[in-house]
Amino acid sequence: MSAAPAAAVAPREHYLNIDYGIRSWLLTTDHKRIAILYMISITVMFFIGGIFATLIRLELMTPAGDLVTSDTYNKLFTMHGIVMVFFFLIPSVPAVIGNFVLPMMVGARDMAFPKINLLSWYMYVIGAVITLYCIIIGGVDTGWTFYTPFSTTYSNTYVFGSIVGILFAGFSSIFTGLNFIATIHKLRAPGLTWRRMQLFLWSHYATAVIMILGTPVVAISLILVAVERVWHVGIFNPALGGDPVLFQHLFWFYSHPAVYIMVLPAMGVVSELVTTFSRKRVFGYEFIAAASIAIAVFGFLVWGHHMFVAGISVYSALLFSIMSYLVAIPSAIKVFNWTATLYKGAISYRTPMLYAFGFIGLFTIGGLTGLFLAALGVDIHVTDTYFVVAHFHYIMVGGTVMAYLGAIHYWWPKMFGRMYPEGWAKISAATIFVGFNVTFFPQFLLGYVGMPRRYHAYAPEFQVLNVMSTAGASILAVGYLLPLIYLIWSLRYGEIAPANPWGSTGLEWQTTSPPPTHNFEETPVVSEEAYAYDKHPEMEFVA
Amino acid sequence: MWTDFPLWPLRASNFADKVDPLYIFLVVLTVFFTVGIFLTITVFAIKYRRSVHPNPEPIEGSLPVELTWSIIPLGIAMFIFVWSASVYYSYGAPPKDSLRVYGTAKQWMWKFQHPDGQREINELHVPVGRDVSVTLISQDVIHSFFVPAFRVKMDVLPNRYRTVWFRPTRTGSYHLFCAEYCGTSHSGMIGYVTVMEPGDYEAWLASGGEGSLASSGEKLFRHFGCISCHRADKGARGPDLAGLYGREIHFQDGTTTPADENYIRDRILGPRQPGRLVAGWQQIMPVFRGQVNEEEMLELIAYIKSLQQNPLNVNPNAPVPDEEQRKRNPMIEPQVVRP
Amino acid sequence: MLETPYRDLDQQRETATLGMFVFLLTELMMFGGLFCSYLVYRTLYFPAFQEGSRHMDLTIGAVNTAVLICSSLTMAFGVQAAQKGLNRTTVSFLLVTMLFGITFLVLKGVEYHAHWQAHEVPGAGFLAHAAGVDPNKLQLFFSLYFLMTGLHALHMLIGLGLVTWITIEAYKGRYTEAYHNPVENVGLYWHFVDIVWIYLFPLLYLISRTHL
Repeated sequence: MSAAPAAAVAPREHYLNIDYGIRSWLLTTDHKRIAILYMISITVMFFIGGIFATLIRLELMTPAGDLVTSDTYNKLFTMHGIVMVFFFLIPSVPAVIGNFVLPMMVGARDMAFPKINLLSWYMYVIGAVITLYCIIIGGVDTGWTFYTPFSTTYSNTYVFGSIVGILFAGFSSIFTGLNFIATIHKLRAPGLTWRRMQLFLWSHYATAVIMILGTPVVAISLILVAVERVWHVGIFNPALGGDPVLFQHLFWFYSHPAVYIMVLPAMGVVSELVTTFSRKRVFGYEFIAAASIAIAVFGFLVWGHHMFVAGISVYSALLFSIMSYLVAIPSAIKVFNWTATLYKGAISYRTPMLYAFGFIGLFTIGGLTGLFLAALGVDIHVTDTYFVVAHFHYIMVGGTVMAYLGAIHYWWPKMFGRMYPEGWAKISAATIFVGFNVTFFPQFLLGYVGMPRRYHAYAPEFQVLNVMSTAGASILAVGYLLPLIYLIWSLRYGEIAPANPWGSTGLEWQTTSPPPTHNFEETPVVSEEAYAYDKHPEMEFVA
Repeated sequence: MWTDFPLWPLRASNFADKVDPLYIFLVVLTVFFTVGIFLTITVFAIKYRRSVHPNPEPIEGSLPVELTWSIIPLGIAMFIFVWSASVYYSYGAPPKDSLRVYGTAKQWMWKFQHPDGQREINELHVPVGRDVSVTLISQDVIHSFFVPAFRVKMDVLPNRYRTVWFRPTRTGSYHLFCAEYCGTSHSGMIGYVTVMEPGDYEAWLASGGEGSLASSGEKLFRHFGCISCHRADKGARGPDLAGLYGREIHFQDGTTTPADENYIRDRILGPRQPGRLVAGWQQIMPVFRGQVNEEEMLELIAYIKSLQQNPLNVNPNAPVPDEEQRKRNPMIEPQVVRP
Repeated sequence: MLETPYRDLDQQRETATLGMFVFLLTELMMFGGLFCSYLVYRTLYFPAFQEGSRHMDLTIGAVNTAVLICSSLTMAFGVQAAQKGLNRTTVSFLLVTMLFGITFLVLKGVEYHAHWQAHEVPGAGFLAHAAGVDPNKLQLFFSLYFLMTGLHALHMLIGLGLVTWITIEAYKGRYTEAYHNPVENVGLYWHFVDIVWIYLFPLLYLISRTHL
C-alpha cells in the first residue's frame, strides 16, 4: 500500500468543481470526467436497448404476432442486440469504471493518452448517434450477427448505416484498449510491480488485449458486408462464388472474444468487491491473475462453437468443442477462488457485496450452461433456441450488468463524494436478482423444449413459459429504474462520503473522494502487495 | 394456455435416446455445482459476517486446493467432451440404405420432394422405424432445419447440398421449425413432420404425386437439351451418364472426386474450371447457371441417379435440339457429328 | 512538450512508442482478416485467381515496390536526422519520402485507371473473362484486389498526412535530441504500411501467375 498522503480530508477543489463550463466537460482530457461522460452516454443507450427488450417481451406474451408486425419485431431484436452489445456491454465496465479508476489504481495522474481517451468517447457518441439515426429512420433487421447473404443481399433495411455506427463504436473500443495497455505497462507508480497490482488491473489488461486483437477483425468483416451491399461484389454471395459461412468465421473470430471483453472487467470488479467486503486478501491471487490472461488467450480459439450446425467439418467441430471446455476452466477457478476468499473473512452485506454475490451465483449458472453448448451432441439440439438466449443473458445480465451496478455503487462515493441510500440500493439489488431469474430461467426450459430464437410468433404450448419470462422482465425493469432515481437523488441529497468509506486498501481509495484532477497530491509509492488487510488493521469500514 | 405446458420435448427419434441422457447429466452437474456454490457462499456469508467474525484470517491461497479444483473440473469437462463427441459422431453420415427425401428451403417455406413424386410444402411424411435422409439446399439465405422431437438441426445453405438423417421411433406429428433467422417470416417458416406406420406411409405415397422425381427429371433432361450430348451411342459428344452417381470421377489434372449431388449440381451449373475437366472429354458443355432452379435441379439429379448400368433409355434417333430449343438456350451449339 | 501524466520525457517517449506498436497491431489484425479471406478464396478458386494475377501490371507493381522501399529508406534517414535534432535535414528527407509516397499513389492511380478501361472493375461494367474461368470468381479476385490495395492506399494517404504534419513541425525546428518521438512513431507507421505492401505485391501479383 502507499505511503499515505498527509490527510484524507476532502479539499475544496476537486475534479468536478474545478470548472463548471460546458467546454470544460466536452473538451476535457481528465480521465475521470471522460468516465462520467461515458456513464451518461451508456446509461442512455442501456435504457434505449431496454425499451426494445420491453417491446419484445410484451409481444412474446402471446403466441401470435399481434403487437407489432414481423418486420418490426425483427428490427426490435436486432437493435436490442446491437445497442446492448456494442453500445452498452462492451464499454460499460471498461469505459466507465476502468477509465475512472484505472489510472488511480496504478498511481498515475491520468491515462497514457488523455486526448485519445477523449477521442474514444467522441467515437462512441458519433457511433451511437449514427445508430440511433438508423433506428429512427427505419431500423435494421439482420440480427446483431449480420449473417450473410441475408444482410448483404436480401435485407431491405439500413444495414450500411448501422455498420458505420458499429465501426465507430469499434474504434472507441480500440482506443480504450490501447490506453489501458500503455497505462498499465508504463505508468505504474514506483514499487507497483505486476504482482502487486490489484486484480482489477489484471482483468482490464486482459480485456484490452482482446479489444486490440479482436475488434479490427469484426471491423473488416462488417466493412466487407457494407462493401458487398453497396457494390454487390460477391465475397459472401454464393451466386457469385462467395461463401456465406466465411462471414460467420470472420464475425465470430471477434464476437466470441467480445464476450470476454464483456465479462473480464466484471470479474475484475468482483475481485475488488469480494476483498474489500471480506476485509482480507483474495484466495489465490496468482491463479486469478493467470486465469484472466488464460481466458483472453483461449477465448480466441473457440469461435467455431457458434457454428457447430453451420456446415463446418467434423474435425474442426471437435477441436472447437474441446477448446471451449478448456476456456471454461479458468472461469471456474475464479469462482472457486472468490468463494474461498469469503472463508474466515469479515463479511459485510453492503450493496456492492450483494451484487458480487449475485454475480458469482448467476455467472456460475451461465458458465455451466455454456458446457451444454460446448457439448457437441447437445448443442445440435439447443443451438439457435432460447437455451442460448438464456445462457448469454445469464452471463451478460446476471453477470456483467450486476457487476457493473456493483461497481457503480462501490465507486460512487469516490466519483461523487456522496453515499447512495443503502436501503433503496438493497431493495433494487434484490428486485433485480429476483426479476432476472424469473425472466431468464424459464428460457432454458423453452430452449430445450424447442422454441427457436428470434421468433415473432411461436407455438401455443410455449406460452406459459413466455408469460413467466415477461412477468420477470417487468420486475427487472423496476429493479433497473430504481437506481437511476436514487443515484441521481444522491448527487444532491446523499450523505457526504469520507475519502475511504469502505476502508479499502485499493490505491484509488488513498486519495480524497472526489479526487483532485491530478488524482494524488504526491505520487504514491507502493511497498506491499494488494489487499494486505492483515497488515492494516487501522483501516476501518466507516460507511 | 395451461392445457399444454411441455417441460420436456417429445422423444421421437433414435437421437433423442442419445441426447437426453447427456442433457440430464449436464443438468445434474449444473444443479450440483450451482447449489454447491450458492450454499457455500450463503454459509460463509452468514458464518463469517462482520458482526460475529470481525477479525479476518489472512489466507493467501493453497496450491493443493487450486490444483484440486482445476484438475477435477478439467477431468469432468473431458469426460463430457468424450461423451458428447460420441453422441455427435452418431449423427455422422447418413446410412446408406436410408429413405431419401429432397427439399429446398426458401423464404419462407419448406418444400420437400419424395423420390416417388410426392411433393409437400411445410409438411414432411416419413415412415416410423426407417432411416430417413433429407437432402436440403436453400434458394436464398441460410435457413436451418430443426425438428425438436428428433433432436435434429442442420443449417441449410445456398449453393450447397447438405444432408441430415434420423430414424423416427414414434408415430405422430412433430414441429418443424426454421432455426436460422431468415427475414420477415422466419417464425412462419414452420410445419410438421408426420411419422406414419409403414403401411400408412405406403398408402400416402401412392395417393399423390405427379410422377416421380426421376420422371420429371427425364422431361427436363430433354427440355434443356442434355440428351443431345449425353448419350450412349458413338456420336455422343458427352459421357454416358449411366451409373454416374457414386462413381469416382477422374479429372484431367489427376485429381478425383466422388460424383455426389453437389458434384452433379456444380457440373450442370458450371462454368467448369480448366484443370477440373473430366479426363477424356473436351469442355463444350454449356453453362446452365441461372437457367435451372433448385427444384428442377433435384429432379435432374434424381433422374441421373436413376440411370443404372443400362444405357440411357433413349432412342439414338430421338429428337435433338432444334432451332426452337437453341433459341431458348443460346449456349447449345449446332449439332456436329464426330467422324 | 511534456504532457500529463508523464514524469519525464523518457517515460513519455517509451509510452508513445508502445502505443504506436499496439495501434499497428490492430492494423495488422484488420489487414489480416482481409488477407485471410483472400487466401481462403485463392485456395478454393485457384484457376480464377491465377487468371486474375495475370491481369496485374507487373511493371507498375514492381516499380511501386521499389518506390515504397526507397521511401522507407528516406524515412529512416529522416528519423535518424530528427534523433540528432537536425531539423533541416529531417525536412529534406521527409519531403523526399512524401515524394515517393505520392509517386506510389499516382502509379496506383494509373493502374486503377487501366483496370477501369479494361472493364476489370467489379460491378455492372465488369467484362473480364477467360476460357474455362468462372467470371464471377474472376470478379471476386478483382474485388479483393481493389479492397486490399484500396485499404492500403487509404493508409498511404493517412501516412502522407502524418508525414506532412511532422515535416511542418520539423520545419519549425521543433525536434531535438531530447524530443523527436513523433518522427519515430510516424516512421513506424510508414514502415508498417510499407510492409503491408510487401505482402500484397507477391500475394496479388506474383505467386499465382505461373502454373505452380
